[in-house]
Amino acid sequence: MTQEADPRQALARLLGPVEAEVSCEVCFEELDRYVDLELAGEDAEAVIPGLRAHLAGCPACGEEHESLLAFTACE
Amino acid sequence: MSAAGAPILEVMPPPEPAPTDVPPASAGPELDAESREWLRSLRAEGAVYHSAVGRLHALLLRAAHFEVSRRRPMLPHLRGNELDDIALEAADDALMSVLAHLDDFRGLSRFTTWVYKFALLEAAVKLRRRAWQGREVPLEPTGWDVFASGAAEPDAEAEQQELLGAVRRSIEEALTPHQRRVLVALVLNGVPIDVLAERLGTTRGALYKTLHDARRKLRQHLAEAGLSPGSPSQEER
Repeated sequence: MTQEADPRQALARLLGPVEAEVSCEVCFEELDRYVDLELAGEDAEAVIPGLRAHLAGCPACGEEHESLLAFTACE
Repeated sequence: MSAAGAPILEVMPPPEPAPTDVPPASAGPELDAESREWLRSLRAEGAVYHSAVGRLHALLLRAAHFEVSRRRPMLPHLRGNELDDIALEAADDALMSVLAHLDDFRGLSRFTTWVYKFALLEAAVKLRRRAWQGREVPLEPTGWDVFASGAAEPDAEAEQQELLGAVRRSIEEALTPHQRRVLVALVLNGVPIDVLAERLGTTRGALYKTLHDARRKLRQHLAEAGLSPGSPSQEER
């Protein structure tokens, strides 16, 4: 956040996602399934609605999603 | 959807299937052969079990090292052996979590993807906390300058400043002191949520719920003032 260059993005990040989103607990519960669906080329958001919005709104869960996707893809 | 027209947003599980309603793996989808073999060996006894635990730990350690490598540039003051120790500790803790939650594996992903998330989470949390070790967590705004943009056109700049002023007023007027502290620390000051949770003696989930409610109040307050900025998911995806 503190390194953000675009003030519109900074403001959007402050206000968070408008869409309904799951909690951090549900995000962790579903993250492996979401990533495997993504890697299989399926519509993960349709299967687990609200998770994409949470990843956009929660930096920690977003980072862990990026890591799991990257690591699983190269394993 | 505009912020003004948005329904009340609650942090809630997806409608179907609710996580607690998902049947156990035995009644769920058919597992792939590798996942079945992991479960069989981790539920065995003696040498088969110990061998499986050893292989599982090696997987978790590889995942933890992956996370450490990704975050290494943000931790230039840590030496290699310290990072190795963090990875090993993360793998150890992840192993305990996986074994304790083995019956929670629903078979909706590959078993290896399921276990990797434990190791990546443990490593990420430890590294965030280590990066902030000994640092004071700022609870007052220090990051308003990120909203200033010299590159914007004058009209856009004026509009941006008007919106920023409204946001600052909304933060003061619409939020409770706790909501304000959490929003400022997490979003304006960039304090990692795990670090703030540890300092405040709470959990990531509880803090995110507070942040979510604060954001919703801010959007509503701005909408009532005739302003409705976009969302990250609309602008960044």
